[in-house]
Amino acid sequence: MTTFNALIVIALAYVLLLFAVAFLAERRAARGHANWLHSPLIYTLSLSIYCTAWTFYGAVGYAARSGLEFVTIYLGPTLVMVGWWWILRRLVRIGRAQRITSIADLISSRFGKSTQLGMMVTLISVIAGTPYIALQLQSVTLSFAVFAQAEGVFWQQTDFNRTAIWVTIGLAVFTVIFGTRNLDANERHHGIVMAIAVEAVVKLLALVAVGGFVVWGIAGGVPQMLDRIDATEIQLWEQDSGRWVGLIFLSAAAFLCLPRMFQVMVVENADEQHLHVASWAFPLYLLLMSLFVVPIAVIGLELLPAGSNPDLFVLTVPLDQGQGGLAVLSFLGGLSSATSMVIVATLALATMVSNNIFVPIWLRLQATQQATMSGDVRHVILLSRRISIAAILTFGFLYYRLSGGGTALAAIGLISFTGVVQILPAMIGGIFWRGATGVGAGLGLMTGLLIWMWTLFLPSFGVDAVISQSVMDSGPWGLHWLRPQALFGITGLDPLVHGIMWSMLLNAAMFLCGSLFSFPGPLERLQGAQFVNVFDHSTAAPSWTNASTGAEDLLIMAQRIMGSAEAQAIFEQEAQRQGKVGYLPEVTLEFIERLERELSGSVGAATAHAMVGQLIGGSSVSVEDLIAVADEAAQILEYSNRLEAKSKEQERTARALRDANEKLTALSIQKDAFLSQISHELRTPMTSIRSFSEILREGGTNGEEQGRYAGIIHDEAVRLTRLLDDLLDLAVLENGQVELHEQTGTLADLLDRSIRAAGLHDGVLEIVRQSSDEGILITADLDRLAQVFINLISNARKYCDAKAPQLTIRVGQAKGRHVVDFIDNGSGIAAEHQSLIFEKFSRLSDEAKAGGAGLGLAISREVMHRLGGDIAYLPEASGAAFRVTLPDTTAAAVLAET
Amino acid sequence: MGKRVLLIEDEPNIIEAISFILSRDGWTVHIHEDGTTAVDKVRAMPPDMIILDVMLPGRSGFDILRDLRGDDTTKSIPVMMLTARGQDKDRELAMRLGANLFMTKPFSNTEVRDHVRDLIGA
Repeated sequence: MTTFNALIVIALAYVLLLFAVAFLAERRAARGHANWLHSPLIYTLSLSIYCTAWTFYGAVGYAARSGLEFVTIYLGPTLVMVGWWWILRRLVRIGRAQRITSIADLISSRFGKSTQLGMMVTLISVIAGTPYIALQLQSVTLSFAVFAQAEGVFWQQTDFNRTAIWVTIGLAVFTVIFGTRNLDANERHHGIVMAIAVEAVVKLLALVAVGGFVVWGIAGGVPQMLDRIDATEIQLWEQDSGRWVGLIFLSAAAFLCLPRMFQVMVVENADEQHLHVASWAFPLYLLLMSLFVVPIAVIGLELLPAGSNPDLFVLTVPLDQGQGGLAVLSFLGGLSSATSMVIVATLALATMVSNNIFVPIWLRLQATQQATMSGDVRHVILLSRRISIAAILTFGFLYYRLSGGGTALAAIGLISFTGVVQILPAMIGGIFWRGATGVGAGLGLMTGLLIWMWTLFLPSFGVDAVISQSVMDSGPWGLHWLRPQALFGITGLDPLVHGIMWSMLLNAAMFLCGSLFSFPGPLERLQGAQFVNVFDHSTAAPSWTNASTGAEDLLIMAQRIMGSAEAQAIFEQEAQRQGKVGYLPEVTLEFIERLERELSGSVGAATAHAMVGQLIGGSSVSVEDLIAVADEAAQILEYSNRLEAKSKEQERTARALRDANEKLTALSIQKDAFLSQISHELRTPMTSIRSFSEILREGGTNGEEQGRYAGIIHDEAVRLTRLLDDLLDLAVLENGQVELHEQTGTLADLLDRSIRAAGLHDGVLEIVRQSSDEGILITADLDRLAQVFINLISNARKYCDAKAPQLTIRVGQAKGRHVVDFIDNGSGIAAEHQSLIFEKFSRLSDEAKAGGAGLGLAISREVMHRLGGDIAYLPEASGAAFRVTLPDTTAAAVLAET
Repeated sequence: MGKRVLLIEDEPNIIEAISFILSRDGWTVHIHEDGTTAVDKVRAMPPDMIILDVMLPGRSGFDILRDLRGDDTTKSIPVMMLTARGQDKDRELAMRLGANLFMTKPFSNTEVRDHVRDLIGA
């Protein structure tokens, strides 16, 4: 028989061994010889903290009580490792890229570095984790008690408590020493990982040894063992399929969400590749751990007296069989399971409490006290972490004391799991769905936490402890549908499955709805993009050692946000100010501040700060992420710009419509005026014709009168015809339906022809020609051009008011084109009328004298435009002066000739 | 001497035609060709009736009519308006301004003669 004191010595020796292992590992790591620590095997073994004392001892008890259901606890993690290891890979990648220190940090970081979410996750983890720590303390004290009992000493409650205190203190010391040695950026703890790897081996060896002893030492071989198993009722247990599904889901989710699992799986992960090994090695480990559970349970039930605690069969069976050494090994296995779990869980929880609760509050207090933040913050953080470790272990111990270490505690394992898996929706949603928002996560977590507390956690303290029997039976305040184990009137479910179902269902629903109906802030969007797109980017964080590369990337980002030209301008300006050639300035602090200010105008100060800070700080935000968010911002900007543009467009359209309307009105006024004019021009000669023809018809006129009136009728008829011709001509010209007949001839010939056709028979108007350039060849519709010349010549004849009217026709060049000027020696056209003369019916002087309808110049202008030339009034000349610019073809023709 | 008709018109052929028609009917026809001075002309020597063209050089016949109707010495002189524009709104405007008659060019000689007889006789 091993004496109890010897056991204590062995336990202490074992603990010292662990200290030594951890210490050596730390030292090797510090000296840079940590390669062998970074092996996939160590990583896989460290994952074994999933198997706590609850699994080590409890699985056998579980099997003895409920048959094969204990397998679900192993199946969940196996499923995750085999089937969903890509979720782990994503978590590990994100954890490394974002320097995540805990699962609370993950959630907080994902949803815009939200302090509140970090606190909430920490709170859930502590509430759910503390009972679990208490459970480990209980198992250790119980196992001590078993040995004491074997010596005939029956422990009193005080003995239990004393043991528990010492165990707690020991664990606290170990965790503080190896958990808060340094504030590593990546938060890795080589010593602890190494120690728990050793413990993983010890507990596996212990369980396999006991199992081997049971199968081969007691049963006498595998077949006999199987026979004995068949003879029991274990496989006869009817399995509740709902419970199975619920439990497998629960253990799988807990495997992902447990703070301690996150610690070893993500935070302590040294190499992503280790996951590949772990994905088969860890399930294998779990298989070995579960292989002998049923045999031990069966043998225990057979050999030990009825009423023995099946949770302790792993210890009591070897003791009963006089195998003291094996019992000690088993004890060490249990101790390993308990301590490794407590150490990592405490470390993880302490990190969370320190980082997400203590430090934010401390910073806020500092800010309110206006104290400078100069001192070494590291000391504060380390101290806060040490205090947190002590506090969490104290909580665990207190919980153990208050719960009385009874059966209530044993049931806490799965309930604890359920509490912690409330983080699952926010976590999975956060890493796969960019639409997930902090509001959604907060609502989901809160809902899940409340339902978990109501349906599982509070009832777990036992009847009437927190929730009275009457509330359990008929709901609070008589609200039947709020009964803790029959929410919404759903009865007949296993309480655990009921709790899992409702908490997860409503948690996920609130998370979804909250996310859909809220809009993430800029930092949240940025983080969301990084988390979800973590695999789109390279594994390595981009480096910004090269200043000009930094400038270029800053420019790209700035362009995405502010627009290309604006950003470029700012950069060029800065480069100029620095006296640099090119458009990329040196990335100086001053410039960064300025850029940040500029950017904050577009995206807000917080985002600008985050973006520039991350980019410059060389932190793990990739350009792609920044660009993704910038693009989003740009899209939003563009959208609002589009809206603005649209309203501007509408404004423009409205204005265009108004203009068009005004134009139409003006046109219709013009058209009315035009019609009035035509009417007037037509009716006036018609009036004379009608009146005089009536006079002639009535008779009583002398011969002289008859002749004179017939003459008027004739002239007015001619005038009418000419007017109609002009109108038709103008209509054709204006519609562009005019047919041009190109001919080639000299300008001199054309002018001769025009002067002849102008009908200067009276010889009143003298034509002066400066014919030096008249020899040029013109290729155009010469008849039309002649029409313009004739019009100008006859206008001079009609309107020139000089005593000896004279028209000078001068050929020259202006702006590289050939021009023909027609200048008379009259008083010219008043300045205010010059702009009107080319309009229709813009006859300026006495109409009778003009003998035309005022369409001549309008027609001339149309003709010249059709020909590709122009006609204009020359205001500088003393008399009325018109310049006809000849069509372009003229110049080519001249060249051909010369 | 017959009663005096003032013809305010700028188209020479039409002046000749109307003068011929009204002279033969026994009226004394005075001619005024300019719009700007037409009102002064009427005031200086108020006629028994006025034939007023709408489109005159310098001033519209409507403006002249408005002035005539606003002046005590001239407001009761019968006015027959003539226009070649031939639009209904011109007729309305003329009547509203107080024209006694509104005729569209081209007119029939007998019609002009009859209207003048009516207006002067009234």
